[in-house]
Amino acid sequence: MSSRLRVVLYGLLCVMAVPFVFPTWWMITSSMKPVSEIFAWPPALFPASPSLDAYRDVFTLQPFAQQYLNSAYIAIVVTIGTMAVASLSGYAFARIRFPGANALFLVVLTGLLIPSEVTIVPLFQMFNAWGLIDTHWPLIVVPILGAPSVLATFIMRQFFLTLPVELEEAGRLDGLGRFAIFWRIALPLARPALGAVSIFTFLHSWNLYLEPIVFLSTPEKFTLPQALTQFVDAYGGPMWDVQLSAASLTAIPVLIVFVIAQRQFIEGLAHTGLKG
Amino acid sequence: MKTFWTARRRDTLAGYLFVAPQLAGSALFVFVPLVLVVYYSLHEWNVLAGTFSFIGFSNYSALAEDANLMPVLRATALFSVGLVAINLSLALLLAVLLNQRLRGTAFFRTVFFSPVVVSLVAWTIVWQFLLQDNGGINGALDMAGVDGPNWLRGDTTALISVIAVQTVKNVGLNMVLFLAALQGVPADLYEAARVDGASAWTRFRRITMPMISPTILLTSIITVVGSLQVFAQIAVLTQGGPGTSTTVLVYYLYQQAFQFHHFGYGATLSVLLFGIVAALTVVQWQMRRRWVFHEQ
Repeated sequence: MSSRLRVVLYGLLCVMAVPFVFPTWWMITSSMKPVSEIFAWPPALFPASPSLDAYRDVFTLQPFAQQYLNSAYIAIVVTIGTMAVASLSGYAFARIRFPGANALFLVVLTGLLIPSEVTIVPLFQMFNAWGLIDTHWPLIVVPILGAPSVLATFIMRQFFLTLPVELEEAGRLDGLGRFAIFWRIALPLARPALGAVSIFTFLHSWNLYLEPIVFLSTPEKFTLPQALTQFVDAYGGPMWDVQLSAASLTAIPVLIVFVIAQRQFIEGLAHTGLKG
Repeated sequence: MKTFWTARRRDTLAGYLFVAPQLAGSALFVFVPLVLVVYYSLHEWNVLAGTFSFIGFSNYSALAEDANLMPVLRATALFSVGLVAINLSLALLLAVLLNQRLRGTAFFRTVFFSPVVVSLVAWTIVWQFLLQDNGGINGALDMAGVDGPNWLRGDTTALISVIAVQTVKNVGLNMVLFLAALQGVPADLYEAARVDGASAWTRFRRITMPMISPTILLTSIITVVGSLQVFAQIAVLTQGGPGTSTTVLVYYLYQQAFQFHHFGYGATLSVLLFGIVAALTVVQWQMRRRWVFHEQ
């Protein structure tokens, strides 16, 4: 490659990177600036006198620690639950021969065409009838058992299909039952697929917005995305410094995990069943 | 003596037990609600007024006469087409750039992927600020001597803004999938084409595109279905406005059902949304025979 082409490519990549990096950078630095400085243009790349006052307000204006905990525990429970449900059925659809397996797999797959937005009205009524409105139950059981877990099952099935059958034959000769083969042989080998599934399941739950605003009404039960939009002044205008601080608190931990584990993140997503 | 529990019977039982949670869950949280949504759509149902009565297809004739229907479908179509076209072509462009033999591509890959892991509403709030009349985008345009519009207050610019915000947020996902597909194309194919004197563009058209077409199919199905589910960005950035210019179907459904409490009509809109998602997916799946290349 000629060096001139190289320079052009680097230039192009750098320019294109701006809208991807600048918003996050700007969010974090602005959260430490006073409101007047937030609106200044050109923006200071670093705050003149960094202050964490807005961060204090985040916790006094709303039960933000509780909301943080809500989002975190819901996302973790959903991730573990989805991994369990999806790896069991993904394994069965890939490896166990039982009557009707293919037909059942197709039935499950049609769930991909029925996103929870389509069924939000009856879901609301069902949870209402069960007395579970304004609880976290709908945010936990629907993702684990409903449409969102179907993609996870599909990925797990595609992965288990690629495992050599011989590995399991050995276990079978040793007298292991199906569950033992799944648990001791197949599942440990499926770590890359489980990684991909856990990442996108966690992010899906972490980002959920329509469901919380439909199901939850008490601030103590809110999740983070819902809470972020509630930092408004008496006129309904956003309190920018507080909102940006809360947004930073929401984004930074996941970003840190991503930066540390970015290889597994990206390659896990790219090289598992998503290849189709 | 033969026992009843032969290996085959035990396997059958294990199979059913393994898929039972998923099947029961799908039945309860996907298929029952789908039937209910059709059932509700045949009823007049106002939660506040406490009314629930069978009205046949009246909701559907009301839908056909709804003055908002055409603007909503138009906004939905423009949003989805715009998002899918821009997202997929940008993802492919980035993947091709990152597939060059350059130092630092891993760094740029991380950069382009990073918005995927930023909380959706946090990301949207930042862009809401940047897109203000006196926000960062217009500040940058001002330095270039351009007087920028009030992005979120103009019909066309609001729609463009929502598409752009969503594209930058999620394009990294498709980029990574394309990159994996590009790296799977055998290098000797390119060598052979180069020996035959094929230009870079011809190599891209005749080798790269066919070889990665299964990935293009998969990403386009995911992106099309995803574009019809976009809600948070619109709720935060524009609330469907100005007017109805960014009121996509999901947002209209939410307004009717949960803001105006017209559950029957909301259910009718859900049926319409399901019809669109299903039709688009079936069409794309059918089209795969036409243009998806298979090695086997």
